[in-house]
Amino acid sequence: MKRPHSDTLLYLNGVSVSFDGFKALNSLSLIVEKGEMRAVIGPNGAGKTTMMDVITGKTRPDQGDVVFGTDTDLTKLDEPAIAALGIGRKFQKPTVFEPHSVWDNLLLALAGDRRPRFTLWARETSEEQDKIEEILTTIRLKDLRQHRAGDLSHGQKQWLEIGMLLAQEPLLLLVDEPVAGMTDAETAQTADLLREINRTKSVVVVEHDMDFVRALGVKVTVLHEGSVLSEGSIDHVSADPKVVEVYLGR
Amino acid sequence: MSRLSLSLSLLVILGGAALLAVLNLAAPPSSAFHVSTYVVSLAGKYLCFAILALALDLVWGFAGILSLGHAAFFALGGYAMGMYLMRQIGTRGVYGNAVLPDFMVFLNWQELPWYWMGFDNPGFAILMALAVPGVLALVFGWLAFRSRVSGVYLSIITQALTYALLLAFFRNDMGFGGNNGLTDFKDIVGLDLHLDSTRSGLLLLTAAVLALQLMVARFLVTSRFGKVLIAVRDTESRTRFLGYRPERYKLFVFVLSAVMCGIGGALYVPQIGIINPSEFSPANSIEAVIWVAVGGRGTLIGAILGAILVNFGKTIFTGILPELWLFALGALFILVTLLLPNGVLGLFARRKPEKSQ
Ligand SMILES: Nc1ncnc2c1ncn2[C@@H]1O[C@H](COP(=O)(O)OP(=O)(O)O)[C@@H](O)[C@H]1O
Ligand SMILES: [Mg+2]
Repeated sequence: MKRPHSDTLLYLNGVSVSFDGFKALNSLSLIVEKGEMRAVIGPNGAGKTTMMDVITGKTRPDQGDVVFGTDTDLTKLDEPAIAALGIGRKFQKPTVFEPHSVWDNLLLALAGDRRPRFTLWARETSEEQDKIEEILTTIRLKDLRQHRAGDLSHGQKQWLEIGMLLAQEPLLLLVDEPVAGMTDAETAQTADLLREINRTKSVVVVEHDMDFVRALGVKVTVLHEGSVLSEGSIDHVSADPKVVEVYLGR
Repeated sequence: MSRLSLSLSLLVILGGAALLAVLNLAAPPSSAFHVSTYVVSLAGKYLCFAILALALDLVWGFAGILSLGHAAFFALGGYAMGMYLMRQIGTRGVYGNAVLPDFMVFLNWQELPWYWMGFDNPGFAILMALAVPGVLALVFGWLAFRSRVSGVYLSIITQALTYALLLAFFRNDMGFGGNNGLTDFKDIVGLDLHLDSTRSGLLLLTAAVLALQLMVARFLVTSRFGKVLIAVRDTESRTRFLGYRPERYKLFVFVLSAVMCGIGGALYVPQIGIINPSEFSPANSIEAVIWVAVGGRGTLIGAILGAILVNFGKTIFTGILPELWLFALGALFILVTLLLPNGVLGLFARRKPEKSQ
């Protein structure tokens, strides 16, 4: 596998993670280019979420390199430091701040100083308000801005979390199963939204839903038992006999 | 908490204390409106407990840190004030020693231990009442939050903390009066502690401090800092992926809370007239948790209300059936947990987003 070069945004090489002897990731290698959107698919338990845990500093790999840009070793950093580098994450189970309003969820996610001494005195600036308004439009929650986030529907929470991700202004977005529990119409809208986001940012999206992945129209990586089984266009991987056997064939 | 309910609470706290003080000092004892000095001191004690409850609600209700050792910070503040009051006794002690408190003379000590130096100055004593709990909370919190100790484990080590202090302060050679603690105080900043006017003055001061702390606490929880804190309370790991360092937020609020308790303890001791190691007993910290739960966790005002209500109940109850008080308290806690999960204030609250400022 080639070393990261100037167009590489994320470089995983030979990454292994085991839990009590069970290999959740088994010498996983993956390269994401700047500006790329990559879809990662694979059966349940393939290691997709664990891969995101490794990238965001939640889980330390037993072996392997995880490099952001050309030379930032992510295995040495913790979650807040990695977030500050510009890696944002949407969780498989939508996690928003339930007691807060939609507006405040976005406010807390907005890029800016995270230290207590700043937040203690911080007042909402008009730039921040404009930015939040813009995101509310993008994620179609304009009319629900003062609603308690915990009262949103499942699909709306997914969108709010994508909005929080946008508010962070990351360079790379990791999106874990964004359309789980969404209606067909919401799924199609989410695909549009991600394509829109990809105009300016790199995205790694994990998903089960094949129609959704097809709608994204991007390069696909198939994960199986913690390593890459196949990679290419959706048509290429769905024709791959190995993929058909472990995943699509079921 | 709306601005209206804040204003109302401040009015009740300050107005109530002022009313009691006026009725104590201005209404003659023969009058039906006279309030006895006993009641004034009792109200002062309730308000000190309310300070402890408010401080506890800040960490438990808003940062999810269930401290079962918060009374330790209160007691440390109390000891700092007690040391000042001891030194004010001077030659009026039983042994008439101008420098050494009676218990040191009794132990045959020849000179004042170094850590008693400076406590003849009220300003220094107040500073220590803030600094000692603050520094202890800083060290303790830094170690605990940095290693991501939370939940039950954190609660248990806070219990261990107060228990360790209990045992330490029981020892005579610690130099804090051992089992008997510090007592027989005469005056504070030159004012006789037995005078009605001094008692009323202390009540008013306590009310003012509580009011100020309530305003500070409200500012904190409605600020962006407070929003992060609530986010940390409910979904700590999520805040990390947004780039926040929850341990810093917890540490800040934990130290602030400890300092608030220290002030409460310093106001408590002159009104009660004694501080001894039993103030460190784990049960005290647990009682404080019950006050907050009864009033309504995460509401600030509920904590104050809970402290006053439960202690009022305790005063009445222990007057009638003292040996059953702990059972009554336990039953109260169970009932509140089952029937009023949001406390007394929860009866009035509607479900709505945490209010912006
Ligand atoms: N913290 C953990 N402890 C033990 N096993 C885990 C842990 N996290 C994930 N696993 C296991 O690792 C495997 C991969 O999980 P995951 O990455 O969540 O899969 P996916 O997201 O592809 O469905 C699963 O078998 C899962 O049970
Ligand atoms: Mg998963």
